[in-house]
Amino acid sequence: MDYFLELFLGGLTRGSIYALIALGYTMVYGIIELINFAHGEIYMIGAFTGLIVISVLTMLGWNSIAIIILAALIAMLYSAAYGFTIEKIAYKPLRGSQRLSALISAIGMSLFLQNYVLLAQTSNFLPYPNLIPTWDFLKPVGHIVRSTEIVIYIAAALVMVALTYLIKFTRMGKAMRAVAQDRDMSMLVGVDVNRVISFTFIIGSSIAALGGVLVASHIGQVNFYVGFIAGIKAFVAAVLGGIGSMPGAVLGSLVLGWTESFFTGYISSDYEDVFAFVFLVLILIFRPAGILGRSDTDKV
Amino acid sequence: MTIYQEIKKSLLVSLWFMFLTFPIMVIKVNTIEQTIDWHWWRLAGVGVGVFFLSFLWRYAIARKEAGKKKAEISGEEKVALIPRLMGNPRFYIPGLIAALILVVAFPFVFSMYQTNILITALIYVVVGLGLNIVVGLAGLLDLGYVAFYAVGAYSYALLNYHFGVTFWMALPIGALLAFIFGIILGFPVLRLRGDYLAIVTLGFGEIIRLVLENWNEFSFGPSGIANIPKPSLFGLQLSLQQSSIFIYFLMIGLALMTIFVVRRLQDSRIGRAWIALREDEVACQAMGIDKTRTKLSAFALGATWAGMGGVVFAAKTTFINPTSFTIWESIIILCVVVLGGMGSILGVIVGALILILLPEYLRAFSEYRMLVFGVILVLMMVFRPGGIISGVRRIYKFEGQNTIAENNNA
Amino acid sequence: MKPVLDVNQLTMDFGGLRALDHIDLQVKPGEIVALIGPNGAGKTTFFNCITGIYSPTKGDMLLTRPEGDSSRLNGLKPNRVTERGMARTFQNIRLFQNMTVLENVMIGRHCRLRSGIPGAILRPPANRREEKQVVDDSYRMLEKIGLARYVNEFAKNLPYGAQRRLEIARALATEPFLLLLDEPAAGMNAQETKELDDLIIRLRAEMGVSILLIEHDMKLVMSLSDRIYVVDYGKKIAEGNPEEIKSNPAVIKAYLGEDIDA
Repeated sequence: MDYFLELFLGGLTRGSIYALIALGYTMVYGIIELINFAHGEIYMIGAFTGLIVISVLTMLGWNSIAIIILAALIAMLYSAAYGFTIEKIAYKPLRGSQRLSALISAIGMSLFLQNYVLLAQTSNFLPYPNLIPTWDFLKPVGHIVRSTEIVIYIAAALVMVALTYLIKFTRMGKAMRAVAQDRDMSMLVGVDVNRVISFTFIIGSSIAALGGVLVASHIGQVNFYVGFIAGIKAFVAAVLGGIGSMPGAVLGSLVLGWTESFFTGYISSDYEDVFAFVFLVLILIFRPAGILGRSDTDKV
Repeated sequence: MTIYQEIKKSLLVSLWFMFLTFPIMVIKVNTIEQTIDWHWWRLAGVGVGVFFLSFLWRYAIARKEAGKKKAEISGEEKVALIPRLMGNPRFYIPGLIAALILVVAFPFVFSMYQTNILITALIYVVVGLGLNIVVGLAGLLDLGYVAFYAVGAYSYALLNYHFGVTFWMALPIGALLAFIFGIILGFPVLRLRGDYLAIVTLGFGEIIRLVLENWNEFSFGPSGIANIPKPSLFGLQLSLQQSSIFIYFLMIGLALMTIFVVRRLQDSRIGRAWIALREDEVACQAMGIDKTRTKLSAFALGATWAGMGGVVFAAKTTFINPTSFTIWESIIILCVVVLGGMGSILGVIVGALILILLPEYLRAFSEYRMLVFGVILVLMMVFRPGGIISGVRRIYKFEGQNTIAENNNA
Repeated sequence: MKPVLDVNQLTMDFGGLRALDHIDLQVKPGEIVALIGPNGAGKTTFFNCITGIYSPTKGDMLLTRPEGDSSRLNGLKPNRVTERGMARTFQNIRLFQNMTVLENVMIGRHCRLRSGIPGAILRPPANRREEKQVVDDSYRMLEKIGLARYVNEFAKNLPYGAQRRLEIARALATEPFLLLLDEPAAGMNAQETKELDDLIIRLRAEMGVSILLIEHDMKLVMSLSDRIYVVDYGKKIAEGNPEEIKSNPAVIKAYLGEDIDA
């Protein structure tokens, strides 16, 4: 039973992590119908920025709680700035051209960012200090769940609540929904589409950065390549839930997290990554709209 | 006044990028040895570099916008220099002869090292032309292309290891197996929309690589397969150098055959359907084109060429393991096609030569290779989606065209 | 004689929205029939259903060749529908922009040609003949529609009116006996519309195609059509010849505010 619980909570952790990344994918896709390949790299840059802040402040002898909070905030700020800039350089000039072009541009951006971090920092895995304290009340169940994981659950839940509020009840949220529905029409009725798109990238990127810092703390290491595989898996989750749908992204992430966890726990861990891809292929073939997605017919 | 504003703009952009790159570029952390290096000069570099690049960027964007408008008004496009020269026999016949002489003389004039590099480039020409069918002509973004390359390479390596199959037998077998794989993989996924297709093919590519890595009994896992024989020539014993020269000419032959086939395909009923499918799927179906079948034919045919390329690759390197078949290999091949010009044969050849030869000769910059590839993909899409040498459509001539048109008007 | 197109009780739901509600429609051989109605009435959805782009929720669609053999269109893919002899144009022009005018028409010939990949590579005599034939046929089609002077232009560079005509040429190249035109005169000036009117009449006379068209230009509809169907909110509210439609109170009500006394 303990083993089951461990796998269950492990799956929940994975799912929450995927959700933090998948939300950005799904938001961007909902608005400009682009698979933002560079999103995984934004996540990685968030983790790296966090590591840099942590290293510098640790050297200065700050309190560890203050460090982790500040590191997360600065990482979010920087990833948001990267997301914003990437959109301006690689995607905005391609609006209105073929989707294939934007997709190739996104792949190029992803490749560039990976190698940018590789060259500026290092290709090695760097140990990532975990500054989240181990809480006393968790000691009895310490072999099943760690405090970092609890923080990840809470962060994911808070982000979801905040996003739901943002989309449902704010002016910007309304504008985002309008642009997702029909970009040209929104422009006609006076929505500043460029601003909405930038805002979407900023929000999606900062959520990914939060995920980056937490995950790296949890796993304990980071390198320039962690964004790619995490990005792909989060994308699988977004598609599984129904791309463009935010509850879908969360649901898809949890489903993927649990299936992966139980699969590797009970069956085999050799093919862990294969499994996610097989899952993706199967979903796309049998239910391309995802669990919560609406099946869209081409506009003719 | 305007210059003043331009400078101000560039200054702001430069400041923004200095802010943006500050932590990653300047503060190099090493948590293994607990050290932090500060590289302040990099910040200065970014500032100055971005300041000038931002002028260039805005100029290029402005030119692109202006070009778009001009094309709308005048309603015609300039034919680029190279296709125009290609169309003129006075230029292209001497050019062709010169190229032929260079190609034939190359392995005898230059060293074996150079020849081997050119063989690599030629392999990329062949697989690039194959991918060009899929991406350039049919508009299907295949990010798992390298999987078919792996199928070719492993089918030669394994068939040789177990059954002693020779290179010449393996070449068609590898091509056929890749073709079959193309059909099997393509059939379920080609119903998907373009961007999903990209992700699923990426997934398939990774699945095949991970299986090759983990299934030790079948593929010998990460340690790979060594001692794959080089191609034989009527049972003659070839020295290492002779063998390189032989593979070189073999690749030239294969490249010529590929060019011949792709050219003919482009100008055929199927080729037109591929291009139309890239342009507008719904309209294509309304014109009676079977979407799935047409896509599948492009996908499987592209795979066939990757399979052949893979067999030659295995024969050339005599050793293969899964690390040669990562997603990045697919992206390099994609880069070849995108840089050269999607849908253009000459473009793909030029693209392969540039992308494979330049990094070889600019060893000092080789670590920047992938970084530059990324930049190339973005810049090409933003400024020149057609590539260096964009494809041209065939012009048909008709007798008395003008008189007929005038009669109709009257 | 059996109607070339016989649609019975066609219904199409999108989620909870009923875009088409039990529509009946017939086109008899050689007829020009118009389908009209206010914006959003479901006209284009109707075209998309019968051409296989959407699969309708309910209803029967029967296509009958003038020679007499019929086929049910339900469940057919769009390309199969075209093969069976019904071709269409699109309201928002969907030409192959980066192909030449001639190539656009050659694509229309695609489903009437046979050569496959081996033929394309080896080019046996039969294949060469076919290729020559398709070029000639396509050029002749352009002459007929009056686009021959643009033959080697990119489709995207044509003037608007010519693009609409090219859509028609491309559809005709598939050898249909029933041609569906989705707002062929949209965006055309009076002169171009007049030419289109003549062209459609001429096509029926010369090629014997029946025509079903969606159009907002009432002058064109009234002058061309043998019969008119009027839909509103997915329901058929009237059918009859132009005179009957003009005086039909339900139609006038649906169009209230729109000018139909042409």
